Amino acid sequence: MTTSPLPTRPRPAVATAPAPLPSAPRHRRAGFLREQISGWGMIAPAAVLLLLFVFLPAILGFGLAFTNARLISPRPVEFVGTDNFARLFADPTFWRALLNVTYFAVVVVPVQSALALAMALLINKKFRGVNFFRTVYFLPVVTSMVVVSLLWLFMYRKDGLINELLSTFSFGLIQGADWLNDPATAMPAIIALSIWQAAGFHMIIWLAGLQSISGELYEAAQLDGASPWHQFRYVTWPGLKHTRSLVLVTITIQALGLFDQVSVMTQGGPLDSTTTIIYEAVRSGFKQQETSYASAISLVFFVLVLLISAVQRYLTREKD
Amino acid sequence: MNKRFTRILATSITAAALVSSLGACGKGSASATSEGSNEITMWTHNAGNVEELAAIQGVVDAYNQSSDAKAKIKVQAFPQDSYNDSVVSAAAAGKLPCIVDIDGPNVPNWAWAKYLTPLKLSTDLSANLPSTVAKWEGETYAVGHYDVALAMLARASDLKAAGVRAATIEQPWTEDEFQDALTKLKALGKWEYPLDMGTAGSGEWLPYGYSPLLQSFGADLINRDGFQTADGVLNGDKAVEWAKWFRGLADQGFMATKSGKDSTQDFLNNKSGVLYTGSWAADKARASLGEDLVVMPTVDLGNGPKIGGASWQWGVTEGCANTDAAMDYLSYSLKPENMAAVAKATGTIPATEEAAALIPEFAEGGANRIFMDFSRKYAVMRPETPAYPFIATEYGKAVQDVLAGADPQGALDKAVKAIDANIKSNGGYKN
Repeated sequence: MTTSPLPTRPRPAVATAPAPLPSAPRHRRAGFLREQISGWGMIAPAAVLLLLFVFLPAILGFGLAFTNARLISPRPVEFVGTDNFARLFADPTFWRALLNVTYFAVVVVPVQSALALAMALLINKKFRGVNFFRTVYFLPVVTSMVVVSLLWLFMYRKDGLINELLSTFSFGLIQGADWLNDPATAMPAIIALSIWQAAGFHMIIWLAGLQSISGELYEAAQLDGASPWHQFRYVTWPGLKHTRSLVLVTITIQALGLFDQVSVMTQGGPLDSTTTIIYEAVRSGFKQQETSYASAISLVFFVLVLLISAVQRYLTREKD
Repeated sequence: MNKRFTRILATSITAAALVSSLGACGKGSASATSEGSNEITMWTHNAGNVEELAAIQGVVDAYNQSSDAKAKIKVQAFPQDSYNDSVVSAAAAGKLPCIVDIDGPNVPNWAWAKYLTPLKLSTDLSANLPSTVAKWEGETYAVGHYDVALAMLARASDLKAAGVRAATIEQPWTEDEFQDALTKLKALGKWEYPLDMGTAGSGEWLPYGYSPLLQSFGADLINRDGFQTADGVLNGDKAVEWAKWFRGLADQGFMATKSGKDSTQDFLNNKSGVLYTGSWAADKARASLGEDLVVMPTVDLGNGPKIGGASWQWGVTEGCANTDAAMDYLSYSLKPENMAAVAKATGTIPATEEAAALIPEFAEGGANRIFMDFSRKYAVMRPETPAYPFIATEYGKAVQDVLAGADPQGALDKAVKAIDANIKSNGGYKN
């Protein structure tokens, strides 16, 4: 997720592309072949690594989902058909996890992308010290999620920083909740922290998108007397079309894969109110040694992400 | 043209280098545990515990230098959090070292998985604390240098102020007395919660700390007759009674449903009056409170006080090429002076009387002697079944759910259902 390429400025159609050499076609073919070879050569390292460490384990995992394989066991692995899936779909904790993830995604996707856009608009101006703000907004992103979660764990305590602030600024009127220990507030607390941590990353993507919009368009709009709102509505927003779908897809996938915060802060509790699909997979696979069941959860998760991404892709497609 | 050719060349060289370095990585990790003809490797979990590691290293060095050492022992330490994963992946790759250390309750699981081989030691283990000898199906698979014990700590001055007698081994607190003591302590108004049960703990603490309370009520984690089902035991009336009692402690304002991060420190900072913890906290508490510290046995909830038995222990792996030397080293390490050195470094209960005699705190009349008595009198082993790691996760979740306000019967039924399904899917964990 974090390595998604930033959208580059649309390449001007002229000049930079290497002009075809006015030489004989025979020469061009030889050069073409060499380019092909060097192209494949450049892909090879990444492709081999991906194949070895992503695709192969994934395929093995899908296979394991239909067996009774265990992490530690002297018993031979047997094919058990769809037993694991039957158990999974009958497990209330799985449905709760699915519900939690949906809740998380439905809040995080719009709020985080809007916040990131707002931040990007704010720092897309030229004034003294803009780099300072860019750095500050980006700071949480370069901090590891585990570290962030540990820090917020302390802030969310009943006598932690957040409740102290609430109490001080309301002159003792508001007594904050025991945030992470109450089924009603645990998920919202995790949502707030997640947005705070990750918004900076998407701010950078929005910023790249904003900077690819030609300044001439704004000049023209100003000459026509467009208000700032109209400039945003009719110049900026349409100009961010591609950035928008990228941000949407990356935040959604990130939200569906919620794990670090839960693992560090709540371990899925209280009363399953913060458990997630990935957390359940890790718990069954490693803590409970049920490799095959964890594989089944992962397979279901994979299909889910695939479906949601496909739907988003379809909805944000180029409508020609 | 030349430039392009160089580029292709460079790419292929990089690719080749990458592939070969990958291969080298594989080889590298394999050779990490390869053992010379007269060298055997020993893995330990205490990379993060400087004192314990130094004590173990001291024992190993002494063995290596002794004239009748059958092999040279090489110690490799891992951080505790990743230790089990390291062993499991090494086992999957067939690269286990000769000697491993193991958390006691996991021994049957590893023995069942054929990681461990039964011990054949020249040392007589019959006088060792029973909880430091791990048996499964009649064979001894691991042995420990020490154990730890659960206890309750309080200040004598607080008990006196509240008019509560201190519990003793002869006369532990009963459920009613405990209730009465907490009521009186709370009435002192010194603390928001007079009792700290360490409810913020996770992982193995949950079954270690709270299953003895369940057992004192007369329930258990599993029916120990055959270890085939938890039904009627973990969800029976007595278990439900335990769950209601435990949740009741929170409901009455006696304890927090989630205690502070460091319960010992909170107790020393006077944020709680009675601390339920292990023997490991005693030295620190005594250093800070001195004579005012009272160490009490846990509550008798109907079937006498219970505490969990078994801490980290040592075993020999099935694939060890030089079992003889491994057994010889373990026998050597069980000499009283070696056990005393390790127990002293870790502040734990030494496994034998001979070793205890060498540590003033644990010798007859010593300040920590009481923990040895707890261990001898109250220790209940966590169920000796390969299903234990699974049972531990399910019970731990049930505890957390009960504390969070779940219906006790429902939470326990859920755990029983999962445990029974797991045992069944593993063919009853029979060999």
